[in-house]
Amino acid sequence: MLALKIAIRFLTHGRMQTILILFGIAIAISIQIFVGLLIGSLQRTIVDRTLGSSPHITISSANDVPTIRRWQQIVYEVEHNNQVRAFSPSATGNAFIEKGNKNLPVLVRGFPFSNADQIYNISDAIYDGKEYRTCREVLIGRELRDELELDVGDKLVLSVPRSGTTTLTVSGFYDLGVASINKNWLFTCLDTGQEIFDYGNRVTSIELTVKDLFQADTVSRQLGKKLNNDNIMIENWKDQNEELLSGLEGQRISSAIIQIVIIASVVIAIASVLAISVLQKSPEIGILKAMGINDFNASLIFIYEGFLLGLVGSIAGLVLGIGLLYAFIAFTTSPGEIPIIDIYFDYGFVVRSWLVALIVATLAGVIPARKSLKLNPIDVIREG
Amino acid sequence: MSGIIQLKQVNKTYHGAVDLQVLFDINLSFEAGTCNAITGVSGSGKTTLLNIISTLDCPSHGDVLINGKLVNEMTKNQLARLRNETIGFVFQFHHLLPEFTALENVLMPYLIKRWRPSLDVVRRADELFEMLEITGIKHSLSTRMSGGQQQRTAIARALINTPKIILADEPTGNLDSETTAKICQVFRAINQRYGTTFIIVTHNYLVAEHTDRIIDIKDGRIISDKKKNYG
Repeated sequence: MLALKIAIRFLTHGRMQTILILFGIAIAISIQIFVGLLIGSLQRTIVDRTLGSSPHITISSANDVPTIRRWQQIVYEVEHNNQVRAFSPSATGNAFIEKGNKNLPVLVRGFPFSNADQIYNISDAIYDGKEYRTCREVLIGRELRDELELDVGDKLVLSVPRSGTTTLTVSGFYDLGVASINKNWLFTCLDTGQEIFDYGNRVTSIELTVKDLFQADTVSRQLGKKLNNDNIMIENWKDQNEELLSGLEGQRISSAIIQIVIIASVVIAIASVLAISVLQKSPEIGILKAMGINDFNASLIFIYEGFLLGLVGSIAGLVLGIGLLYAFIAFTTSPGEIPIIDIYFDYGFVVRSWLVALIVATLAGVIPARKSLKLNPIDVIREG
Repeated sequence: MSGIIQLKQVNKTYHGAVDLQVLFDINLSFEAGTCNAITGVSGSGKTTLLNIISTLDCPSHGDVLINGKLVNEMTKNQLARLRNETIGFVFQFHHLLPEFTALENVLMPYLIKRWRPSLDVVRRADELFEMLEITGIKHSLSTRMSGGQQQRTAIARALINTPKIILADEPTGNLDSETTAKICQVFRAINQRYGTTFIIVTHNYLVAEHTDRIIDIKDGRIISDKKKNYG
């Protein structure tokens, strides 16, 4: 306790020096937190906005027949995997909409609405009308609506190869933010999809999202092993987006390097300031040793100094870093616009960074502490 | 030979480019409760002798016994405890910790062995402040005291653990004659009141005059050892 008391007094007595080093630590840690959270958020934002509202894993037929038999067994396994967040069977097929002389190709996607909504977030995307509640109702995308000049309640005639034509009623319009989807996809219920394309009770795919989208490949492998079915293939977004992943990995590595350099600079800063402090405080340490403080307690003073500097500096750095991140978002976003980055506050990263800074600062005190071990009180007394 | 401090055939040589022997076959014994002065000119070896007695330095040859215990064989931690509990130090340069108040400085040797001061020790500190006539600066930082106040605070610090021995190295070296006389009176008063053994290194003859025994050193050898009270 005496060592802690002396450490506090040493730090508060040399106030200007302490403030400067605390400022240095706080700036370094704030940059580490800012860069770490920013790059983490950037990665998440890129992934979220690239993948959008789309499935992370798709299970489809592996052979010439586009449909899956006994798909309920697959759904059963998917339902019982605790990594899966949402899933939906789908009966999907190509069709045409006649407009004047032209035939517009569309993809009819039959889903149970509540299931599909958890994957595609359709409810939020509907800007006019409502979701399909009964069979033979359909949701149309913004671009296709503009092209066909449709309204809620209008009838839409679909031409399906080999099956003839079928008529659906427009229940509403959606905008998923992706023009190609808005122009091509029609959402309808599963039964309608199965009926239009004559799939019977079968489906063309089972789509699912997982709780941690970076674990999609692992979940994919787990399901493959569990289902052990050669007639199906299981694809995940990571395998389909290797270039994106490699870009993200590059970002992650550069972020890690920046953080390592920052931590190294914190160590050097604290160790050098405390090394100077040993020289400055050698008369005090010498006299304490003469009065009977043992080497361990004398060196503990510098360990405590490192710990206290790390504690206060890192907390100030955390507050500053988080403040910087929010300030960055505020300054780069105009009122009413979507922020360029969605902040994902990774508590684990913040706590880990704080603990690392604290441990590293404490360890930085070891170097001057070792120096203080060699301090001979005789030299101090002789020099006066 | 008996006494609270005993030195047997103590030699000290500093090794360097040229070996320099500063103490030669010193044999001394200090009785408990006596007030002793070690005098000599600069470079005579008196401070080296005091450093060896204080266990801060070790002899090249010979034995040092404190309370009958051979200090040469003690570990660093045992020596630290011995210094803390048995020896009080007063230096030429007071060596107060500038970050602490006079009271905190005085309590420091006690806090080295116990983490919180007891009521008794705080009361003892108050008594010492009163005896040394420095109660008014109890809560002042050492940097805001006069030289005499600093030295008196250092004396109070040396006494807080009621050590059996006080070692003082040129305690009045930086003080004027009036303050020097007062400090000498304080040493004598403490010696008589608590039975503390004093060993004072000084080249000031007036300071030595206040003691019971004057040991004169020249070129690392004792050239005279006069016990005033015993003829």
